[in-house]
Amino acid sequence: MEKTETKQNVVILFAGDSGDGIQLIGAQFTNTNALFGNDVSTFPNFPAEIRAPQGTIPGVSGFQLHFGSVALFTPGDICDVLVVMNAAALKTDLKNLKKGGTIIVNTGGFGPQNLKLANYPVEVNPLLDHSLDQYRVIEIDVTKLTKKALEGSGLGTKEIDRSKNMFVLGFIYWMYNRSLANTIDFIERKFRTQPEFIESNIKILKAGYNYGDITETPMTRYEVKAAPMPKGTYRSITGNHATAMGLISAANKAGLTLFYGSYPITPASDILHELAKHKNFGVKTFQAEDEIAAVTSAIGAAFGGSLGVTASSGPGIALKTEAIGLALMLELPLVICNVQRGGPSTGLPTKTEQADLLQAVYGRNGEAPVPVIAAYSPSDCFYTVYEACRIAIEHMTPVFFLSDGFIANGSEPWQFPHAENLEKINVKYAHNELKEGEKFLPYKRNEKMTRPWAIPGTKGLEHRIGGLEKENETGNISYDPDNHEFMVKLRAARVEKIADFIPLQTIDQGKDKGKLLVIGWGSTYGAIKTAVREALAEEVEVSHIHIKYLNPLPKNIGAILENFEQILIPEMNNGQLIKIIREKFLVDAKGLNKIKGMPFTAGEIKRKISDIINVK
Amino acid sequence: MSSVEMDKMTAKELVTDQEVRWCPGCGDYSILKQVQTVIPELGLKRENIVFISGIGCSSRFPYYMETFGMHSIHGRATAIASGLKATRPDLSVWIVTGDGDSLSIGGNHLIHLLRRNFDVNILLFNNEIYGLTKGQYSPTSPEGLVTKSTPAGSLDHPFNPLALCMGADATFVARTMDRDPIHLRELLKRAHAHKGTSLLEIYQNCNVFNDGAFEVFTEKATKKVNTLFVAHDKPLVFGQNLEKGIILDGWTPRLVNVADHSINDLWIHDEKDRLKASILVRFFDDSKHTDALPRPFGVFYQENRNTYEDQMSAQVAEAIKSKGKGNLDELLSGRSTWKIS
Repeated sequence: MEKTETKQNVVILFAGDSGDGIQLIGAQFTNTNALFGNDVSTFPNFPAEIRAPQGTIPGVSGFQLHFGSVALFTPGDICDVLVVMNAAALKTDLKNLKKGGTIIVNTGGFGPQNLKLANYPVEVNPLLDHSLDQYRVIEIDVTKLTKKALEGSGLGTKEIDRSKNMFVLGFIYWMYNRSLANTIDFIERKFRTQPEFIESNIKILKAGYNYGDITETPMTRYEVKAAPMPKGTYRSITGNHATAMGLISAANKAGLTLFYGSYPITPASDILHELAKHKNFGVKTFQAEDEIAAVTSAIGAAFGGSLGVTASSGPGIALKTEAIGLALMLELPLVICNVQRGGPSTGLPTKTEQADLLQAVYGRNGEAPVPVIAAYSPSDCFYTVYEACRIAIEHMTPVFFLSDGFIANGSEPWQFPHAENLEKINVKYAHNELKEGEKFLPYKRNEKMTRPWAIPGTKGLEHRIGGLEKENETGNISYDPDNHEFMVKLRAARVEKIADFIPLQTIDQGKDKGKLLVIGWGSTYGAIKTAVREALAEEVEVSHIHIKYLNPLPKNIGAILENFEQILIPEMNNGQLIKIIREKFLVDAKGLNKIKGMPFTAGEIKRKISDIINVK
Repeated sequence: MSSVEMDKMTAKELVTDQEVRWCPGCGDYSILKQVQTVIPELGLKRENIVFISGIGCSSRFPYYMETFGMHSIHGRATAIASGLKATRPDLSVWIVTGDGDSLSIGGNHLIHLLRRNFDVNILLFNNEIYGLTKGQYSPTSPEGLVTKSTPAGSLDHPFNPLALCMGADATFVARTMDRDPIHLRELLKRAHAHKGTSLLEIYQNCNVFNDGAFEVFTEKATKKVNTLFVAHDKPLVFGQNLEKGIILDGWTPRLVNVADHSINDLWIHDEKDRLKASILVRFFDDSKHTDALPRPFGVFYQENRNTYEDQMSAQVAEAIKSKGKGNLDELLSGRSTWKIS
């Protein structure tokens, strides 16, 4: 007996032990839905340990997916469906399930030992004590069924146990009526060199699917139709992959070699992994001995005429600080990617936060201004890092590109661009155009206040640059007091000048005048957009701007602010953009701050909007 | 005059318009002079030469060389040079550094550069003191050295820089001194000729904060009995009249009178012998001790090993060969796409 219900959108959370392959099935279900034509938004959430003690609460790994037949901007505030592989996963994530939601339980993960590891009191089993009565619970002994299906396969107990994620995935495909083709294709590619695993994984995937058909328990299947997305060709993309592709594209369009100096760090390492695969674009990746060598090797490459890029997360960025100051003094192009995570110090390596904005804008010795731009979604990482490269090259300056753990690992469908439509990046190495007896001036500036990029190998342009204070134009070391003041102001003016070469701020939603303006930056985009959209639907007078260019700010920000009675700045930190906005525009902006290593839900922002509007 | 000769640079052309600001009598002057003398003989184009330094007295060097140059930050010249050489294998890259710059704050980058074997030349000016910060002990200062920061004597056991470099699998390890211009020039040429990272330690006198640190090796009266100049295939002999020699007793070097031995019994220097080079760089005795082994100078070790930048370029070439030159549109679309129409 089965019936089919139609849903507009579904939030599903897969949860299990970090060794259970949760991220893999999450990604597979995401891709399959995206290929089907749903809009999707994901939120992988995993522990810092690769293998925390098995079966325990710290070892729970989660993957949340929001898919639907309508446009989606967040991975969802609360889940409709919770898939739990063991007791610890239920204990951890039940709070994220809405009342009346569905729980798919692997009963094999609820033995006495599992319950004990999950800290349930002795003799308490949530599957038996009616504590889940307000939910719809589908119990499947996945562990046992997997074992049975692979009996005689020749695989060891460990390998068989590892395959149970595929059973669950198969069952979910049945439940949402999705084709197995994409995942079968994935399995065949992944185990190209181990054919015995191809057969067993496909077998288990199908066993899970068939279970839905043959089980005698009445089950509901769901239909989630394709979303009315703009016409075109799409792919699925995570923020880190988009960042890697943006870097390759920028180097390619600029006609430069991409040099990427990096040291492994969560959550930035995937950019290195992705770039290392694309050596046929002439990409040179360099896994340095430490964060300092990662950035300084990129500076060396930039001196030689390459696009020098380095990436890290907060603690690594802290180590690169001195070198970023050097790049700024040298006036060489350099892109520094910071995939932010919870801080300070080692902080929360696998959790997201936006707490490095002030570090990017101000965090160097001396007065050392650096342009800063931030991506707002996984696919936007592509365009934003591309823009960071453009600014770095065209203005001969280090540029900060900010992403964070949420969008770096999250994914969404992306209507990717054609290479020919990407904005041109103008690179002009200096040529020797000196007249007889004329000396080359390495710091003579053009109308952008930008010095020439005179690379080694250019006859007649031999020159020296360094971190000591210099005289303008000649670049000679200078300790002259007036010169120093002049140069400090000049370096500030150089960054301010970039405001002439970036787009004006646009209003994302709402009118250009009204009661409340919500200002966001970075990965809070989806939550703010959803909240403001809902508020607008209720005829609340609210608007949303999302600032990508954080230093320098677009020239019209001040004018936009003047048209609103109140300003709200939600941030995943203790208040950073708000300091900049207050200082620059002397406005009484209000903050909404969440510092839990987790992204905002749209509901949290919506409630704050309502509070402000209703008090007024 | 042939066009080749017309193009040949002169030492004078390597002098910049910047006033040299080392203390009068500093050993750095001699090194600068010898470098400017040797470079025109190397067949390089001036525009293809890059000098990179960190921070310290020696690190002012690039400002005095009419080539491309970068005076960077403390300890990082080695890492900057790595990125430059990785992307510009065509350049002749020289790193000028000191004992504090390369062995203290920059120690990490030094050992990693050596094991990777980028084709660059490192000139390590060792004066066993921090000069620019006005006289604190350095990682090569002898134990007990009284300085401003160690009024009761330094507790640090010093680095033996060349033993450290051998330990990091350097492919070219050599030592010379500021006061022996002929040897210095010869070793600069050898360092340049080596394909791979050349580590040339140069004993350099800081006449202000550590005057005479190497006096016994450099002054006429004591030089011959305290130094050992090694040459490939030649026996290890030294002394006023080359009357002393070294033999290897198992793995232990022993001081002998040449007259008592056949020349064939003496240690014959072999630059390609890693084990023997590792012993040679351990000749690090305090010269004040009787029976101290002499301090060796020359090229101790030279090995031909693939350079990092060549292998990196080869990987790129191989990827292009096997996958074809990268196509941006293929990259952007990836493997699986879907159409919405």
